Amino acid sequence: MASEHPRANLPPLSLHVPEPRFRPGDPVDFAAVDVPAAGSARRPDTATPAGEFHELAYTLVRVLDDDGQAVGPWDPKLSPDMLRRMLRSMVQLRAFDERMFRAQRQGKTSFYMKALGEEAVAIAAAYALDRDDMCFPSYRQQGLLIARGYPLVEMMNQIYSNSGDKLGGKQLPIMYSAKDFGFFSISGNLTTQYPQAVGWAMASAAQGDTRIAATWCGEGSTAEGDFHSACTFAAVYRAPVVLNVVNNQWAISSFSGFAGAEATTFAARAVGYGIAGLRVDGNDALAVYAATQWAAERARTNQGPTLIEHFTYRAEGHSTSDDPTQYRSAGEPNAWPLGDPVRRLKDHLIAVGEWDEERHAAQDKEVAEEVKAAQKEAEKNGILGHGLHQPLDSLFDGVFEEMPWHLKEQRQQMLDEETASGRPWARK
Amino acid sequence: MDTIETAAVETDTVRMNMIQAINSALDVMMARDATVTVMGEDVGYFGGVFRATAGLQGKYGKTRVFDTPITEIGIIGVAIGMGAYGLRPVPEIQFADYIYPALDQLVSEAARLRYRSAGEFTAPITVRSPYGGGIFGGQTHSQSPEGIFTHVSGIKTVIPSTPYDAKGLLIAAIEDNDPVLFLEPKRIYNGPFNGYWDRPAENWSKHPGGAVPSGYYRVELGKAQVVRPGEALTILAYGTMVHVCRAVVEEAGVDAEIVDLRTLVPLDIETIEASVKKTGRCMIVHEATRTGGFGAELSALVQERCFYHLEAPIERVTGFDTPYPHSLEWAYFPGPVRIGQALEKIMKDV
Repeated sequence: MASEHPRANLPPLSLHVPEPRFRPGDPVDFAAVDVPAAGSARRPDTATPAGEFHELAYTLVRVLDDDGQAVGPWDPKLSPDMLRRMLRSMVQLRAFDERMFRAQRQGKTSFYMKALGEEAVAIAAAYALDRDDMCFPSYRQQGLLIARGYPLVEMMNQIYSNSGDKLGGKQLPIMYSAKDFGFFSISGNLTTQYPQAVGWAMASAAQGDTRIAATWCGEGSTAEGDFHSACTFAAVYRAPVVLNVVNNQWAISSFSGFAGAEATTFAARAVGYGIAGLRVDGNDALAVYAATQWAAERARTNQGPTLIEHFTYRAEGHSTSDDPTQYRSAGEPNAWPLGDPVRRLKDHLIAVGEWDEERHAAQDKEVAEEVKAAQKEAEKNGILGHGLHQPLDSLFDGVFEEMPWHLKEQRQQMLDEETASGRPWARK
Repeated sequence: MDTIETAAVETDTVRMNMIQAINSALDVMMARDATVTVMGEDVGYFGGVFRATAGLQGKYGKTRVFDTPITEIGIIGVAIGMGAYGLRPVPEIQFADYIYPALDQLVSEAARLRYRSAGEFTAPITVRSPYGGGIFGGQTHSQSPEGIFTHVSGIKTVIPSTPYDAKGLLIAAIEDNDPVLFLEPKRIYNGPFNGYWDRPAENWSKHPGGAVPSGYYRVELGKAQVVRPGEALTILAYGTMVHVCRAVVEEAGVDAEIVDLRTLVPLDIETIEASVKKTGRCMIVHEATRTGGFGAELSALVQERCFYHLEAPIERVTGFDTPYPHSLEWAYFPGPVRIGQALEKIMKDV
């Protein structure tokens, strides 16, 4: 049979399954990662047609050079005050993450996810957006809340599912919701927020509003169908939205190759949709700020959406339930060629004479105290595992605006079970 | 003056088929509430493949009635985002058979948004979608997926059976602050199908349910309607099957009480319970496949609540547990023969 086949002389097909460069135990050398010089990417006018972003989708917008200087057309020329505020927020975020990670290890809560190494992505974006722009984050943009001044105690209350938790203990830790801070309710289902952000932006445009939307997903999540739908809608209706892809190289244990990174960049996806695409050094707070500001201006002037790929590295495990040493080399985080976003911004401020090591150390201490005090305050409202902190029957609240009969019956059943069990679940 | 007023009241109610009634509901709501926004595949300029949105774009403009890309994920996801902004979107899914790509957005997002955000964000969307068979729609233009959604906490599921109810329920659904899946039985868009596919088709012009007020009115969600009072048994049905059941029991001369559920979630349990306790027998009829269908839930509820009143096992008359076939449609459809046999069975020990 095979010999009768006209293609019998061809070698058999082979299936390509991507493999990351380094596995546990491998020495790490990121020389193959292309890092264009800071200042080398051009900065087009915000009204530039979407078809002219090919080159920007394959390079990296970088502002901070190796000497800590801000260079090139993307330098947002921020005041030293603004730079110090951004640095402080990033330090706060890192300290908060550290503390909550430890709280999980101490059994005070069930779960946590850090943003170590990705602090610039959310913090700098928050500073570049207007306060009333609506953010549709994934679970790793807690920096948006911190930069917008959301009380750390409220975040911790949510993490502890305690009596102060505004979400009533119904949500997994870190799935915050803060409407008044322009922070949309986080879902566990990946990338669902993408079309929602586009819809919010379309509504704003349809109403003749001036507010814009911004959304974030990881590079792994770009493989979801929602990403494609959102990009299509955003382009078709020129929605005033900033679509951020945080390419931190890892989706739990899968390296970015499983989302398609071996063949192209994530910013390049924008080109095919007819969306302006920028690829940015995600560990460079000034570059993130500049790109976000640029995209916000483009959106606000009815020029349509922008997709920004933030090229960064997930320095920590995926979550408190993850052990990255099982799938990647322990040497990766430190070898990452784009460095540490906090250190780079700090070095810049020092290089321009607006900061010094002593002030930085003092700030670290001050922030650590602030986070510790917030934690103490939050723990007064209880921690997970010390009994329920919410009224037992609140379990049924908010399924619908008004409770239908079947939920009322089930609520009664639950209250009867509690009585019958002799275990007062509702109380500590 | 009196005569003029009387005339005004009389002209206020006009004959409509179900499509016209749905179109009228959308028109009324768009005029009343500037946040009501209609979106979906082909709903804009063209007015919808079933004409349900005809004329609306011309009247209300492209930013309130617009065509979308062919992506159900996007349609529902975008509608949720618009709802979060403060609009009241009414997205259309062209056929209920094509709602599955949007399942994640409906189940994980729309249904849970209020609960997971403690009411900070809500999804006041009404998803309209034609459903059901009896039109030679084959596998992907005939399905009845309501059981998938009645299983999801946080979504309301509504199915009208007349033009009057379609308009009143759709208005109530649009005004509702919870996400509503509004399934339209496309077999009865033009007339009250009685199940006899080999007889001439009827239209809505003579049916009482075809008399529809042209202005604003509501048919409250969560309320069933006894469409045929009776003593011999209770039939629980919705959509097309209400009409099929009616024709079958009248032909058989059985004094059945037919309850048109109208809303599946939240269910009008009081009306169901009162009826079954009165008649002592219960038959459940739906087009959807049997196993895990909404009929199973209805049967369980009736058994739990009316056990000591039941004089016969509860009967379920449903579609078979197969994909919806094309050429074998009338063998599949739970029509007069299947319903008639179930009637005989449930009534045999009277």
